[in-house]
Amino acid sequence: MEVKIMKNIMHANEKLAGENRDYFQKKGIKAVNIMASPGSGKTSTILKLIEAFGDRASVAVVEGDIASSIDAEKIDSLGKPVIQINTGGGCHLDANMIKVAVDSLNLSDGAILFIENVGNLVCPSSFDLGEGIKMVIASVPEGHDKPYKYTSMFELADIIVLNKTDLMPYIDFDRESFYKGVRALNEKSEIIEVSCKTGEGVDKLAQWLLQLSV
Amino acid sequence: MVVNYYMHEYAVTQSMLNIALEEAKRAGASKILEIRLVIGDLSTILDDSVQMYFDIMSEGTPAQGAKLVFNRVKAQFRCRECGEVFIKPPKGFDCPRCGGLGMPTEKGKEFYIESLEVD
Repeated sequence: MEVKIMKNIMHANEKLAGENRDYFQKKGIKAVNIMASPGSGKTSTILKLIEAFGDRASVAVVEGDIASSIDAEKIDSLGKPVIQINTGGGCHLDANMIKVAVDSLNLSDGAILFIENVGNLVCPSSFDLGEGIKMVIASVPEGHDKPYKYTSMFELADIIVLNKTDLMPYIDFDRESFYKGVRALNEKSEIIEVSCKTGEGVDKLAQWLLQLSV
Repeated sequence: MVVNYYMHEYAVTQSMLNIALEEAKRAGASKILEIRLVIGDLSTILDDSVQMYFDIMSEGTPAQGAKLVFNRVKAQFRCRECGEVFIKPPKGFDCPRCGGLGMPTEKGKEFYIESLEVD
């Protein structure tokens, strides 16, 4: 006997993501899911943004990593609430992990919640966390071909941060090709170039996040 | 907070198995013979990996020994210039007809269970 189903396999995750989304919206929380390769500067971007916000925003952070608490300790040293999730080998965060983490963070209304996903340009794109903003960070040394290889990631981004622009003179990064690839997939996303090393562009990115309405 | 699980496909397979078991139960079936999946090429899933996890997870459930059928859907892009719909070329997004810049469509993102064969 055949049983017709037509049900999305990600159904369970999406249901929980929906609950997270409702919670964030109710409290006016800007939840930013940060997705990028390992070493592209996810943690550095968060640290720079915290500095740039000053007292203009209440910030909390969820740090996702396969192992270690190196990143969480850096956030903690700035005195910001942080939860470390170790996925024990898992390649992405899912909506349930965020739900559990958020329960213990006690976020204030209107806060900015940075969720640093596991460093990986593939898997995190399939798992909705209920975030309001999907931020993808690409860095100059990774090369301009990333949008062509990881299409889903660049297609769903609300904002793309091109980091390490200070390295541009030393690396054969074809800016035009990068932008063309991004725009083929995603006409709407904001693209902001920054250097976490020199601080260039960080204020612009901070401003973009602060002015965003959720 | 430590969460112990591994590849992407582990979570996906668990979710798929749960849906299949639930739907089979609802249909009053005692055995699942086949699970037919529709998976777009842009959804980041390896068939072999799903099959491997499935064989382990389904042990002792009504889905044990079920055959997984993967219906793969190619990623389609649409040309912004001439409207041509084409299979995404291995390199880039350019339209094979006029060279214009293609944009993604919904084809290639499928990720669902189409049906079950049960007893």
